[in-house]
Formats: sequence, structure tokens, C-alpha cells
Amino acid sequence: MVDKPPVLALRSVSKSFGAVQALREVSLELYAGEAHALAGENGAGKSTLVKTLSGLYRPDAGRILLDGEPVEFHGTAGAQRAGVAVIYQEPTLFPDLSVTENIFMGRQPRTRLGRIDRPAMRARAVELFGRLGVPLDPDQPARGLSIADQQLVEIAKALSRSARVLIMDEPTAALSGNEVARLFRVVKALREQGCAVLFVSHRLEEIFELCRRVTTLRDGAFVASDLIADLTPDDLVRRMVGRELEALFPKLEAVPGEVALTVHRLTREGVFTDVSFEVRKGEIVALAGLVGAGRSEVARAIFGIDRWDAGRVEVAGRRLRQASPSAAMAAGLALVPEDRRQQGLVMDLSIERNIALAGLSAVRRGALISRAAERDRARDWALRLQLKFSRLSDAVGVLSGGNQQKVVLAKWLARKPSVIIVDEPTRGIDVGTKAEVHRLLSELAAEGIAVLMISSELPEVLGMADRVLVMHEGRLVAEIPRAEATEESVMAAATGRNAA
Amino acid sequence: MSGPETGLAAPDAGSAASPVPPAPRGDRLVSRVARVRELGIVAALGLLFGFTGVVNPAFLSFDSLRDILLNSSIVAMLAVGQTLVVVTRNVDLSVSSVVGLSAFGGALIMADNPGVPVPLVIAGCVLLGALCGAINGLLVGVAGVPALVATLGTLYTFRGIDYAWAGGRQVNAADMPGGFLSLGSASVLGLPLLALVALAVVLVVGWMLRNLPAGRELYAIGSSPEAAVLAGIRVRRRIIAAFVANGALAGLAGVMWAARFGTVDATVATGKELDVIAAVVVGGVAIFGGSGTVYGAALGAVLLASITSALAVLRVDALAQTAISGALIIAAIVLDRLLALRVAAALRRRRYRDAT
Repeated sequence: MVDKPPVLALRSVSKSFGAVQALREVSLELYAGEAHALAGENGAGKSTLVKTLSGLYRPDAGRILLDGEPVEFHGTAGAQRAGVAVIYQEPTLFPDLSVTENIFMGRQPRTRLGRIDRPAMRARAVELFGRLGVPLDPDQPARGLSIADQQLVEIAKALSRSARVLIMDEPTAALSGNEVARLFRVVKALREQGCAVLFVSHRLEEIFELCRRVTTLRDGAFVASDLIADLTPDDLVRRMVGRELEALFPKLEAVPGEVALTVHRLTREGVFTDVSFEVRKGEIVALAGLVGAGRSEVARAIFGIDRWDAGRVEVAGRRLRQASPSAAMAAGLALVPEDRRQQGLVMDLSIERNIALAGLSAVRRGALISRAAERDRARDWALRLQLKFSRLSDAVGVLSGGNQQKVVLAKWLARKPSVIIVDEPTRGIDVGTKAEVHRLLSELAAEGIAVLMISSELPEVLGMADRVLVMHEGRLVAEIPRAEATEESVMAAATGRNAA
Repeated sequence: MSGPETGLAAPDAGSAASPVPPAPRGDRLVSRVARVRELGIVAALGLLFGFTGVVNPAFLSFDSLRDILLNSSIVAMLAVGQTLVVVTRNVDLSVSSVVGLSAFGGALIMADNPGVPVPLVIAGCVLLGALCGAINGLLVGVAGVPALVATLGTLYTFRGIDYAWAGGRQVNAADMPGGFLSLGSASVLGLPLLALVALAVVLVVGWMLRNLPAGRELYAIGSSPEAAVLAGIRVRRRIIAAFVANGALAGLAGVMWAARFGTVDATVATGKELDVIAAVVVGGVAIFGGSGTVYGAALGAVLLASITSALAVLRVDALAQTAISGALIIAAIVLDRLLALRVAAALRRRRYRDAT
């Protein structure tokens, strides 16, 4: 197998976006009949690499080789023609169309008259699912499918296209234990049949179970490409992290005070069930779990964005009215949302206006907003959070991701909340700013603010939290004190592999 | 890896013929609602005719029904074209101006050149409409102007050209060839010719949307534009084609208008775009694209025309009729939204049940 040239290879590929170097001299070789893991922390450049292979991005430097010949993919269609199929973490299906139509869109079988041969198309869909060993209803609209089933539709699509290279971008991130096992059976079968698989994951046991080689990236740079057989899990973690965990997460000791936030048997039908926990003053509590476990949904319900069907929320002992963000804000709650571009900021407005947005009453003079008060407030917080900017009147959109996140934080901190909920506070921001955000959260806790942190990054959870709550499929399945929280204990609970 | 035919053996399935499980409850609900969308309009029509017929049996007479068909056929045809655009998550507000331009242009040419063959005029009007549609399509598909804004602009532009061309002139029935005017009043087997033309358009376009790859791609684009790009669909080309087809149908509708009403000036069909969009929405076509059929849209047009006629027969104050029509449209859409919410809740519950 090794004497044959790789099916698909990258040679010293670099890609940058503006000033951010997302990939630096990365090389990678995918062989037929092999699963190859791509490992690295969030922000290491895995997604950029996947998008480069799928033809979405064009590399600034370096070459892509297909069967040893240099190629240039012109858009995703070009990559597809070359036999490269990508299964994204969030599948890209047409919600209104049936499973069958989703598989064959753009390439429907036709009769001689040019009309779509629906019976033939449906039969081929049934056959594909038969081969995958998963009985999916081909007539069902894609809208109702779980993420796991949607991925299988994507895989069926790739099969129907005769893909030779299957790229799976964190396919297991949102799956339950059973669903992961089912996916692995499918992938192993594809591998046996000579398909080259690129498997992106940061779950070590999955990489060791499925893959023959692993390529590690760190901060956009190529670290190493090894045979799995030559590595121990510890070696791989060292390659991924490349630094000591403790140094990155300066956790200040804080003595938990009285209870600031109580969530009691909170249920939103079909989303999360019977969630109870407390957060004390001065405490950082992490809410861990897989994507789709219902963590952000709990946060949204607490903050009054979504309704809950049963249970209650108390802030400092006082019951919170449901479905009212303004009541939540008045009670001293703040929510820094997951998606800062969509939910956290008004990208076209200036830094100062964004910071003032959540506390307009504080900068009001009579019926009007005082520009001077707005500016003073913004200047204060910009200084405190060490925001890097040229002018406060610049649009937030021009800032880097990390600095945008600081603006969102400033907006909420300016209200002096007693409880702050941060959803994925460091997603997509650089390592330096990450450490600053962590320091800030730690300081806030030390000042007596209760912090509830939702995070998918295990090192962050383990480094920052006084306690770790773990959600799995809408339920709170574990509460782990700092001393006992390890990557294994949190992951086991998050994937539902032990009923803790 | 091999192709689908020579294919990969199954993971753990020796049996190629894996049984398809019966659709769970949520799916049956979904398909039922999808069908109910058209059935609901038929039911509403039934109610309307039943009630009005009881109050005033003349409403159910052949002449009255024929009038309703005739009155709805032009809007129905425009609704078919509009559906093509709306399923791609776009909208065309300029149709009424295209109808006006085509009606007046066609009439003027026939009035000024008595010998010109009628089929040539019809073809010319369709072409003129297609040209207008192409302009809309280029603005939206290539220049990336939001459809709402682009077609609002062309709504005024096309109408302005119409005004300038007409210069206050009006073409009367006497100026047009009798053969042409008879198209507007002719009947085949007792059915008005115009209604048959509209019916043919509905059936042909409906068939194309369902059975041709290009038709399915329009739905795909409206359902998820990003996924459409990833699926290798030529999104721009399809969107332009949808606008061109809609323009061509508007051009044809313009000729029909001239034939039916005989008297044509530059203000023809002003404001009709809203009737058309109302018909499309009432007909169950999702305004944000991805779902709906031309059959529903055409039925929506018939329903709206029937409501107007029924209100007149029921002697509802003419001034109140518009408000009542509007209220009925809102009722139809609220009903639709409630159904959609119930489906979403059912799917949410089912997914949760499956996961646990």
C-alpha cells in the first residue's frame, strides 16, 4: 500500500486570511484503504485544511496532488469531480426536500425523455442505505432527521458520487455512543473497500480505534505525521497541545459565597429535561457536553430567550419570570452568546455603541443618549480589557475575533452583572487573547461574580472550572468537582458511555 | 473506491434489500400537512361556494362560474410564474409593469399595423416579457441586488417606459383585429379559452417543476442556497432562468389582458403584483422558498377571485371588500404558520424520543 502514491496529498500548503495565517506549510498524504486522522485543538487550522481539500479555499502557496499529479480544484464542484467528498460536522442538506432528492440533487437519474426517473432514484437510495446497513426512510424530508442520520445521508451522497476520498470534519462531535458505533461500522467498511478517509477529531480513542496515520496541526502549523502504531495517546496530546496546560489557564482561587443562580428541574420539551444546578458567587462552573447536548439551549432558557415548560430559575433567591430577557437583565444576569457575529454584536456599529448597547439607560441624559457618556464608558472598559483598536468609533467588524469577544464581554460587564453566562467564550480566537479572556473570567469570579461557562474545549473546562457539569442528550448526567475532573471523566459522561 | 453500481459492500448488511421502516408519526404528519396545503384551499373554495350558493343560487350558475374562471386565469398564470421565482427564495414585484408593457405594446403594434399576424404579436410580447425578466434576473443573480429592491426598481422603470411609450394614448377595441379580440372571449367546449391557456400553463410548469432536474434545483436553491452551491448547482443560471420564465409568462398574460379587455392604456394591471403574491402565499408556497407548488398558487388565484365575486354577490359593501379579502389572506397565512409550528414541535418531540 505504501509503495503506491497517495490518492490525495498536500505539499507545503499555506493559506492566510488577511493578517491571520491559518495554515503554514502543511503537508498531508492520504492513501487508499486507510483512515488518516487530523488532530489539533480548536483553531489549529483543521477546518481551513478541510475547506482547502474540498475546493472551497484555494491555497496561497503549495500544491495539491491527486494520484501524484498536481491539481487545482476550481470550487467544490472540481473537488467532487476528482472524487473528494466532504462530510461536514453540520451537514448541508435541503431541509424541504426528501432524503432521496438530497442524495441525487444535481445528478438525478433520468429517463430517455429527460424527466427524473423517480422510481429508479428511490430504488438506488434504498440500495445505498442497504449497503450502509442503515434503514433510513428515503421519502422523509431532511428537516426531521437527527444530525447522525443527516451525516449518513451525506455519506450515501458521497457513495452515489463514487467518491474515493471521504473527508469527515468532526463527524462524531454531536453523536451519541450508539450513533458513533454505527458511524464507525460504516467508515470501516468504506475503508476496507479502498476508500481513503480523512478523519478530523480531537477524541483520542476514536483516532486510535479507526486510523492508521495521524497528522497533527498546532496554531496553523504542521507538527508531525505519524503512524498511529508508533504513538501513545500521551504523545499525541503533547503534539496537539505543545505546552503545559496550567500555564495557559491562570485560575485564581476563589472562595464560593452564597448561591447566586439556582436552576431547578428546568425542562423544555424535546430540548432538555429536568436540569438542576446551582452557581455560587465567586465560582466558575463549566457546562460541558457534546455539540447538541442542549447546553446553549439551557442558557437561552435561563436568560429568557426561549420558554421553558417546567421548572424554575432563581437569581439570588428570587424567582425569575420566564421568557423575558429584560427581566433576566434586571435581575443581574448577563449572557455572552456563542455566536458573537450573529447574536453578540452589531457588526456595522462602532465599538463604543456596541459596548453601550446593553446598558442604554446608563448613558441616557433625559430622552437622549449622551455620546460623551457612551464614549467614557467604552474607554473605561476598553482599557480594562486591554482591547486593541485604533479608534472607539471604528466599526466592530474590523476587529479580530478575540477583540470582538472582548467588546461583547465589555458590553455585559458594564452592566455589573451578578451572574454571567458565557457560551463558548474563546471559540475561534487566538491563543494570546484566549489567555486574556481566561484571566478576565478568573478575575470576575474572584470579585464575587458567579460564572457559568459553556465550553466544548476540554482543556479550557478542566483549567478554568471549579466544578464541571456535564450534559448528554438534554440531561445533566454528571457533576464533577475540580479535583476529579479529567479529560476521561468528562468525556465519558458527555458521550453517555457511563451512566454517572 | 468504486462506483455506485459496482459499489461497496455493506458494513454489516449482507442483505442489499434492507427493509424501509414505515414512516414514523411525525413524517406522516408532515406529508399530510404538505398535502393539506392544497386540500385546504379546495376545502376553502368548497365552503365559499357552498355558503354563497345557499344565500344566492345565481352564484353557482354556469355564467357566474365561467366569469370567475375568466377573472382568475390571468392572475393564476402570473402566480405560476411568480412561484418559479419565490421557490428560489426571491420575489418579482415588477410583473404588473411587465403585463402593462406587454399589453400596451402588443395592442399598439396591432393598432398601428393592421396587417400584422396575431401569432407574431403574441410571440413578440412573450419575448418582451422574457427580456424584462432577464433584466431582473441579471440584477438579482449576477449583480447580487436583493430581489425585493431590484424588482421594486424595475417595477417603476418598466411602468415608466410604458408611460413614455404611450404618451397618454389609449388603444380601443375598435383599433385591434377582431380575430385577436375573439381570443379573449372564445370558448372551447364551453370553457373560456383564456382559462384553458392558463390551465395548460399550470399543468406544464407543474410537471416541469416536479419532473425535470432544473425544476428540482429551483427548490434546492430556495431550501438552502449554501447547500445548493455545494451540490454543484449553477445557482445564478437557475435564478436568472426563473426570472426569465416568469417574465415570459407575464408577457403572455399581457397579451391575454389586451384580448380580454380590449381597451388598453399605460396603466394596465397597476398594482396587480400584490394580488399575484397574495395568490402565491395563500396557495401554500413558502415565501422564504423551498416548498410549494404551482397548483397551489393557481388555486390561490382562483380562491381570491372567488372571494371577490362572492363578496359582491353577498352584497357586501364594495368599500369593505378589500379589507375582508385582506383579512381572509391573513387568516390563511396564520393557519399555515400554526400548522408549521405544530409540525416543528412534532418533529422535535420525535427526534428526542428517538435519541433517548
